[in-house]
Amino acid sequence: MNLHSLTIKELRRKLAAKEISPKDIVSDLLARIAAVDPQIHGYLRVNAEDALTQAAQAELDKPLGGIPIAIKDNIAVSGEGCTCASKILENYVSPFDATVIRKLKDAGAVLLGRANMDEFAMGSSTENSAFGRAHNPWNLACIPGGSSGGSAAVVAADEAIAALGTDTGGSIRQPAALCGCVGLKPTYGRVSRYGAVAFASSLDQIGPFTKTVEDAALLMNVISGYDALENTSRPVPVPDFTASLSAGVKGLRVGIPREYFIAGTDPEVQAAVRQAIDWYADHGAEIVDVSLPNTEHAISVYYIVATAEASANLARFDGVRYGRRSPDGTDSINTYSKTREQGFGSEVKRRIILGTYVLSSGYYDAYYNRAQKVRQLLRRDFTEAFKKCDVILTPTSPTAAFKAGEKSDPLSMYLADIFTIAVNLAEVCGISIPCGFTASNLPIGLQLIGSHFDEARLLATAQAYEQGHSWHTRKPTL
Amino acid sequence: MKYEAIIGLEVHAQVKTNTKMFCGCKNEYGGAPNTHVCPVCLGLPGALPAPNAEAIRQTILTGLMLDCQIAEVCKFDRKNYFYPDQAKNYQITQYDLPLCVGGAVTLDKYAYPKEVQKEACADSGKKIRLNRIHLEEDVAKSTHFDTESGIDFNRCGTPLMEIVSEADLRTPEEAFAYLTTLKRILNYGKVSDADMEKGQLRCDVNVSVRPVGQEKFGTKCELKNLNTISGVRRALAYEIQRQIETVSQGGVITQETRRWDDAAGQTYVMRSKENAHDYRYFPDPDLLPVRTDQGLKTAAAAGLPELPRQKKARFVAALGLSEYQAEVLAADQALGDYFEAAAGESRLAPAVANYLINDFLATEPDTANIKIPAEHFSQLAALVADGKINSKQAKEVLAEMLAGSGAAPADIVQKHGLAQVTDLGALAAFCDEAMAANPKSVADYQSGKLGAINALKGFVMKKTKGQANPALVDEVLKKKLGS
Amino acid sequence: MVCRFWGVNSQSLNVAYVASLARIDLSKEEEALFQSQLGKVLEYARELQQVDVSSVPDTPVDPNLPTNVLREDVVRPSLSAAAALRNAPQQANHLFIMPKIIE
Repeated sequence: MNLHSLTIKELRRKLAAKEISPKDIVSDLLARIAAVDPQIHGYLRVNAEDALTQAAQAELDKPLGGIPIAIKDNIAVSGEGCTCASKILENYVSPFDATVIRKLKDAGAVLLGRANMDEFAMGSSTENSAFGRAHNPWNLACIPGGSSGGSAAVVAADEAIAALGTDTGGSIRQPAALCGCVGLKPTYGRVSRYGAVAFASSLDQIGPFTKTVEDAALLMNVISGYDALENTSRPVPVPDFTASLSAGVKGLRVGIPREYFIAGTDPEVQAAVRQAIDWYADHGAEIVDVSLPNTEHAISVYYIVATAEASANLARFDGVRYGRRSPDGTDSINTYSKTREQGFGSEVKRRIILGTYVLSSGYYDAYYNRAQKVRQLLRRDFTEAFKKCDVILTPTSPTAAFKAGEKSDPLSMYLADIFTIAVNLAEVCGISIPCGFTASNLPIGLQLIGSHFDEARLLATAQAYEQGHSWHTRKPTL
Repeated sequence: MKYEAIIGLEVHAQVKTNTKMFCGCKNEYGGAPNTHVCPVCLGLPGALPAPNAEAIRQTILTGLMLDCQIAEVCKFDRKNYFYPDQAKNYQITQYDLPLCVGGAVTLDKYAYPKEVQKEACADSGKKIRLNRIHLEEDVAKSTHFDTESGIDFNRCGTPLMEIVSEADLRTPEEAFAYLTTLKRILNYGKVSDADMEKGQLRCDVNVSVRPVGQEKFGTKCELKNLNTISGVRRALAYEIQRQIETVSQGGVITQETRRWDDAAGQTYVMRSKENAHDYRYFPDPDLLPVRTDQGLKTAAAAGLPELPRQKKARFVAALGLSEYQAEVLAADQALGDYFEAAAGESRLAPAVANYLINDFLATEPDTANIKIPAEHFSQLAALVADGKINSKQAKEVLAEMLAGSGAAPADIVQKHGLAQVTDLGALAAFCDEAMAANPKSVADYQSGKLGAINALKGFVMKKTKGQANPALVDEVLKKKLGS
Repeated sequence: MVCRFWGVNSQSLNVAYVASLARIDLSKEEEALFQSQLGKVLEYARELQQVDVSSVPDTPVDPNLPTNVLREDVVRPSLSAAAALRNAPQQANHLFIMPKIIE
């Protein structure tokens, strides 16, 4: 039976009807992984035996009972590795569960395996994995996006029913767009970050990858909520995100930020997104012209704030308490320097150095302090825009998936994050859903942005579009 | 040329909480290595800090005790530097918005070293201004071996207050008095045990010298590894002398960190300014700001105790103690409280104070846990004041009380037959006997040699084994001798 | 307290120095590569200097943030020493061991 291509909702129905068992699902997925993952390399590790054991014990009355989920390899699971796709954590075993993992376990989910990623979530292509790059299921020569490229790829390639990723500047939405699945970045503070290895603490959020909007709502129901272990998580009530999914778009004000419709965006992407706007207009939504005037500064702000925070967050990887220690050190200081030289990949080193520089004496005001102020302006842009509209619609990425190795210059890679970054800086929520394909059959993503803690409306808006289209049902040939 | 020293102190005091600053591990001295640790205080990947309300409350209380302004809003920052005793290679601390700003410590007279207590400086009530108090996390403990070091993270992440003084101190003795006074206050608030020997109070010293009359500060050096209050005094005395010698011989002081070697009695260069750190402070994005005006300050104020200086003043004014007695007793909160319970009526208080200071403290007791029932001291003082026993007998009773018999003074008196003979009839008989046995003394006295009465008194005392009331004996003898 | 002297903005990124602050050894080639790549990024980010931020209040704490999300002072279980040391590259007598600590 082909179970791997079904959704959470469909599998739950079959499980409830006792047509299948959780073991059937896991076995089917394991076979699928064995068949296609050698091409995709979406997984860093799959523990087949453990997944089957979990499946055997899964409690079906729980909301995700028996549903296999892939976990990005920067989220801590007790007794498991958590490499962050870095050599420096190659042999590390976490003694604790991230809060989202505890919630998934409590909800009966089966943790299937650990998804590939850019090292420490730094990248937009999953080429920066120390354990080999991941491939786009739609075209193996292309990148799956990043940094949660493995999570997106395994969902798109039907190697997992759903996955968790993290999003610091687009790391869920961009790979979802490039792989043709649904990816949601919740509002900052909606989902506990406890146990997600920090890249940029003020920007990081954990979120779901799914095949449908409804599945995303199901996962959000499980992983959201205040957590006393995470100081910045917010005590905001968590609604049932599935309850309002069919709210429709009549009278909905959809904001179109003129700064996001610019030269440099691929014409095929532009066209697909324009068609989505027309669809919303045709179905009763009011299309509103809005402005996010500080968008042009988002990349500068992001690469200062995120790298500054990262430079401190990644200081703990020093080979003293855990991780791989260089054998070449003779004292504490050169042990650090050699451990970090040998343990980190180029992009990680580059960002740590940039972040260290912008915080260093004499430059703090010029870079970090100023970036934080401009971040306030960006946030204000969104506040103003949301006075005029309910959701904002943009492309997720300026282009469809590009060829591996194509963007060798860091700056050109950074510039590709233009449409996703501001959402993190403003701490609002965003979702990417499939909205078309290029002539060369690569998925195109539509980004919808919601105001703070307005995920319910965001999901309903996405659901309406998905129901009116069949993009999400297309499958890559593998 | 005459020089003066300019001294500022940065004191780190361990805050007395149940748990660490940012996680629920025990804040407890000792324990087998690496048993009070968790993902947060080990800096494991993915762990995040959750701030301890009690540590914040105690820091605010400290600020209130030291007359600081309590910041309405404060935040936590990251101080970045690599060191193996830090789990994250950054320390969570407070950079530009500390919890407490300003404040002062007024030096207690008897907090100075004994030999300078009589000097004018000790009497001046000098105020040492504070710059700030902030809250941060402590580091782990490392042990150094030949080619390796071992690290125990039990202490890592425990709450630590940094109390920064202005450069108002001028002598090693003032620094001594400052630390002693500060320790008393911290103990009073129960915010820190502040025992330097246990590392609960640690102190970095900044010191420079300048010619008296010169406004500009000299180049300062920082002293580290100061483990006792008297060590601070010795290190400062050495370092000030070193700097004065250097400068007066035309040399230049270089800004550097120096380590005090207590055994050798010298300071050594640890690092010079060229190796100064670039700490790259920035607000910790994992932690929300703290507002003190929404209940935290009120809650802290509820724990505000009567402070040592206030207690001392009250002991002088209400109980008639000398300034010395009052300060010695008020210096230790537990002892002060015990004294109040022991003093009973105020007429007895000075005598009780004397027993406690001269006799009881000599036994080096644990003042927090005194076994002798407090009322026994006032009972003893009352026996003396009421003429039931004399002061010599009182000493005997006191000795037995201090030995821990637990018996009430009246029972001790009875048991040893110590009560004074105050029966006038009995005393008259003894006096008659004395006069009969010493006719020469009687004659001498009556011929004007009044000192001769002492021989007669001595006879009576001897006969009564010292239990006769001396005043009454004197009275009866004089009457009988016809004066 | 450490004084901090704010200089004016300059493009004097010294990769070797910053890498030493970050405790990362770099090969000469990497150093040169990063110097040029990060130079470009900083050049790009220089546009921020032109942004008018005068409307952003100069408060050190964002007034929109929630405050006083604090933990009660209640002990929670710690890891066992064995669990704590499980990932240690080197250990002895329940201590984490590393090459001699120098200042």
